[in-house]
Amino acid sequence: MFHTADMLKIFQQYRGDAIVVPGRSGRHWTEISTRPELDVPLGDPAMGGHASFAFGLAMALPDRKVVVFDSEGDLLMSLGTLATIAEHAPRNFYHFLLDNECYATTGGQPVPNARNIAYDAIARGAGYQQAFAFDRLEELAINLSGLLARPGPVFVAMKVVPEIQNEPIGRRRRWQKRSREQVLKDLRDALGIAT
Amino acid sequence: MTEQAILSPETVLAEMKKNGVTHVVWLPDSETNWLYLLMKAEPSLTLIAVSREGLALSAAAGLSAGGKTPIVLIQNTGMMESGDSLRGWVLGLNIPLVLLVGYRGWTRHGVTQDTAATYTERFLNAFGVNYYLVENDADAPRISVAFEEARKSRRPVAMLVGDEYHGFNR
Repeated sequence: MFHTADMLKIFQQYRGDAIVVPGRSGRHWTEISTRPELDVPLGDPAMGGHASFAFGLAMALPDRKVVVFDSEGDLLMSLGTLATIAEHAPRNFYHFLLDNECYATTGGQPVPNARNIAYDAIARGAGYQQAFAFDRLEELAINLSGLLARPGPVFVAMKVVPEIQNEPIGRRRRWQKRSREQVLKDLRDALGIAT
Repeated sequence: MTEQAILSPETVLAEMKKNGVTHVVWLPDSETNWLYLLMKAEPSLTLIAVSREGLALSAAAGLSAGGKTPIVLIQNTGMMESGDSLRGWVLGLNIPLVLLVGYRGWTRHGVTQDTAATYTERFLNAFGVNYYLVENDADAPRISVAFEEARKSRRPVAMLVGDEYHGFNR
């Protein structure tokens, strides 16, 4: 297991001009990223939808890499999205999974069968041609550049340390620096997309 | 006996093309097979099949954020399943989106044994989503009205299809 923030610091070195949908890692990523105009930190609009949202972006923008940091709780809620993504197999889509084996934002309760799920195997079974799993940061760091250089879709499951939150949602520190509307506007402006 | 007016799949497809639809994000409902065959043969459309309706809404939100014009094609049963995605990914991100919703159980006289119909309009009203009914080809221009309204309001607009395309009646 490794810390999400440590992984993101390494990822930042290789992100290039990829669009990044940080999902639940947004609070770290907004502090690390040097290309905020290409980031889509939306927080959690509705659980289970990060991957399919990012897939939609990838389908809309085939000439631009799209990286999503999904979580295992989200993915378990919407496993069917793997089949949809695999069917279209966007070459610009990179699906990273943060697996902390629990629902960290609700106090750390385990997800179903938390320690016994091979998400890379599920992705492969759904039709991803390239699916990998890492539980050591050193190993991921060595391979990250190569993973991002491959044509997508690429699935990368990672075991990360849970960052459990027990405070009521209303009392948590807000990490978002921009509204969701502003995030999408900034992205469209950066890419020259008419609204 | 006069022939009952229908909403033909060709008319629905023409409305999609007229309004610049690029992607159809969909999950088949009980009578859309003929429309499916037409859409599949239409080179300007990319069909994205999902396995649960909530995923259609988040995928469509991503497509829209990337500058495309998706339409979501689902049944009212699945629309009700997708409530949280509708809230978060569409309403929450101000996504202009037309939902073409098969109105299972709908009857003009209002008497139905199908609770899918019973709750359809109540569901849309609960989310503050405007909607129009299309029953036959004469109603089809309402689809363009929905696209225009979605663009201007940056909100979803639902088309409730009270005919379901006569999909298997060919």
